[in-house]
Amino acid sequence: MSTIDDRVQPAAVNIALGPQAGAGASQRAANPLLAFLRRVLLSDYFILYLTLVFFVGASAFFPTLSAPGNISNQFSNMWPLLAVAVGQTFVLIIGGIDLSQGSVMAITSVVGALIFTQVLDAPTFDKSPLWGTLINEQGGILASNPNAVLFGVLAMLGLGALIGLWNGFAITRFRMAPFMVTLVSMIFFSAFALWLTASRNVSGLPEDFTRLGTGDIISVYLGPKLTPEIPRREILPFISYPMVIAVGLAVAAHIILTRTVFGRQMFSIGTNRRTSQVSGVPSGRVVMLVYMFSGFCAAVAAILYSARLGIGLPSLGSNLLLDIIGATVIGGTSLFGGKGSVKGTFFGVAFFVLLLNILNAMRLSPFVIDAVKGVVILLAALLDITRSRLINRGVRA
Amino acid sequence: MTTVLETRGLTKSFFGVAAVKDVSIKVSRGEILGLIGQNGAGKSTLMNLIGGVVQPDSGEMVYQGQRYAPRSPADANAARIAFIHQELNLFTNLTIAENIFIEGFPTRGRGPFQFVDRATVRHRTREVLDAVGLDLSPDMQVDRLSPGERQLVEIAKALYLDASLIILDEPTTSLTTRETEKLFEIMRRLRDQGKALIYISHILADVLNIADTIAIMRDGELVAYEPAANFDVNRMISLMVGRSIEQLYPPRTSRPGRDVLLELRGISAKGIVENINLKLRQGEVLGVFGLMGSGRTELARMVFGLDPFESGEIVINGTPLKRTTARRSINSRMAFVTENRREEGLLMNINIADNIALVSLPQFARALMLIDQRELVDSASSAANALQLKSGNIVVQPAKSLSGGNQQKVVVAKWLLSQPTIFIMDEPTRGIDVGAKYEIYSIIDQLAASGSGVLFISSELEELMGMCDRIVVMSRGEIYGEFTREQFNEKDILQAAFREGEGVLA
Repeated sequence: MSTIDDRVQPAAVNIALGPQAGAGASQRAANPLLAFLRRVLLSDYFILYLTLVFFVGASAFFPTLSAPGNISNQFSNMWPLLAVAVGQTFVLIIGGIDLSQGSVMAITSVVGALIFTQVLDAPTFDKSPLWGTLINEQGGILASNPNAVLFGVLAMLGLGALIGLWNGFAITRFRMAPFMVTLVSMIFFSAFALWLTASRNVSGLPEDFTRLGTGDIISVYLGPKLTPEIPRREILPFISYPMVIAVGLAVAAHIILTRTVFGRQMFSIGTNRRTSQVSGVPSGRVVMLVYMFSGFCAAVAAILYSARLGIGLPSLGSNLLLDIIGATVIGGTSLFGGKGSVKGTFFGVAFFVLLLNILNAMRLSPFVIDAVKGVVILLAALLDITRSRLINRGVRA
Repeated sequence: MTTVLETRGLTKSFFGVAAVKDVSIKVSRGEILGLIGQNGAGKSTLMNLIGGVVQPDSGEMVYQGQRYAPRSPADANAARIAFIHQELNLFTNLTIAENIFIEGFPTRGRGPFQFVDRATVRHRTREVLDAVGLDLSPDMQVDRLSPGERQLVEIAKALYLDASLIILDEPTTSLTTRETEKLFEIMRRLRDQGKALIYISHILADVLNIADTIAIMRDGELVAYEPAANFDVNRMISLMVGRSIEQLYPPRTSRPGRDVLLELRGISAKGIVENINLKLRQGEVLGVFGLMGSGRTELARMVFGLDPFESGEIVINGTPLKRTTARRSINSRMAFVTENRREEGLLMNINIADNIALVSLPQFARALMLIDQRELVDSASSAANALQLKSGNIVVQPAKSLSGGNQQKVVVAKWLLSQPTIFIMDEPTRGIDVGAKYEIYSIIDQLAASGSGVLFISSELEELMGMCDRIVVMSRGEIYGEFTREQFNEKDILQAAFREGEGVLA
């Protein structure tokens, strides 16, 4: 047993947040550095700061990172991931998890492509169960319809929402664990996508569609290209369709989350389901709509990816789960529910895309990259716990 | 008498506010020290200092003649100080014996062939169970025990660990009268065997009854520390609150009207409640008294639409319903203050304003479901002010940072905002201090005076007798007696609750 005299308490430990901040001021003055670190760590913009520091630091070692072409390219990598991560953010806030987003992307990508593709070649696709009935050499289901792309896109969004709705229905009505339900959906729908296409990529997508993934609204001319490693056009997209679509979705989601009754009810369910039920929150309906939204977001991401790649990809999203959840958690959304923001997810996605960019620039093997991703996500989860601990200390000692 | 633990000028501040200020007390072998004080008076901090959860800013402790400065709960454990909390720390999925030996089983054999010595485990468990008067098999799983029995198992564990100081923090909250009596009997026996005990409780009569010495804390300071014989309940209260309370209950300012707001007709659910008939009138405070397991909470949950019932109907303002949901109940202006604030009443991590607004969220919706945040905050703060909620900024401060009494006010404020006419309150004063209780009682009176009906469920008979116009007694799922104010009599009501002749009265 030690004595009282040798006990030294670190000053930062007891510094208060919020209402008690005044009382903690004297202690804060005692160690300004710790207090500053604490404030940065607890800031909503922590991940943004980290991303910027990371970017500047890494650019010193890998000059290609800050080349305009690379920046533009990384931004285009962000948008589909942002769209799908926004849906995951909603699900995590209500204390759930959606593992099926990747397979929703696969199935919607394939279904959309099979609706509006202009050409399919027999030797690759005659193994598909739809060959000869719905699809043939002349292309997809609605290949000859002038509004094929519109119908296709609507079908993709509708299908994504429907799968999400099914997840939500199974979770609320049968009281099954979200992990289980969405795991089954993940396996089922990715298998279904492979079956429909006989595991082939569907190419020949109309330009009306691919423009959604590549089209620019405002581009910037940045002079002739400097570094041959990065293949890029001389004119770089500045404001692109994918950006408008993903940011529009994120802004709408942000407003729903922070300004509407629905958003408040989501946080309430994620914080305490029983209190919410006693207080008359229609938790079943909210949960179902949130999973539906998650499926919808995955479908939006599928549109952006498929249009950018110009193909319907039955394996789309199969390796994306870690990225989605990683970006969301890094953005400060808690896996325990009741906490999270679209803004945070935006920063998380930026951080994650930058991280991948750096890892690629380091020319690491894909296995090492995956391992690093895993470690970073673990650190993000640890950060979440450290932050809540700091906040709790401030509130109740 | 030899001193077991002595604190000398213990002081501990949080954020510059002293939670414990210069507290010097001691407890000796063969003594029960009663420690009382309002919530936030510093009792818990004092216990946390003794338990090594937090360390003092100044002052020191002497334990069995040696300087004692625990840096962690493990140090307190090693020093053989046992804590028995309101929330029990037993593993319900393990047996009694496993719980008692959790910190280390006696073993036989060596190396990889080390086996738990089951015979010794059983034998020793039976010994300590006998010592606390529990006639149960050591192999019984803890989740099959009643709260009272679990409490005794905790004490048995303390005995097994040969604790010299046993600290009991609100141990009787979930116990029946009989179980409480039994606990006291065992505490007295332990005292006579030379243990030192510290007993913390909000039930002043119990403290007066069992303690040899009483210490009263207020705002972190020790305001009285004298032999129990020097106190009576009134003096204890005035020392705790720092002023004298003329009465424990506010005078009722209204009489019940004629209109029936809520009627239950033959509500039954097999094994839970049977044929419950009840009428709640306008302006009436109707008490529902019953022991643990009498079906009172279950009935309330059914009426509010949280649990299903099998037959019968609920009539709200003349409309009969076969089944209902929480949302429908809220729309018919019913409110339900549940017995568990933390689990069912509050969103602990969320700010006070959003907690208060939760039930009435749809009211604040404007075009596109967008919330009128300013109106929400205005409404929430006026509800908070009406109840004299003591808090900082309600938009920032999370509910969990409030004291028990103020948390309960948040729950009540939440329901007030939906302007209910039927108020179901299940144990609304549990675990809150005298001052906050009085405020809750005043709110109940005001609700009745404004024409609402209040269904006041409680296991504290005294408060029901103090506040209600009428009391119905539930026992084993049935209504087993009804008393109007003129007929209130503790003995008769308890007899109904215990079903005369079958139970031993306290």
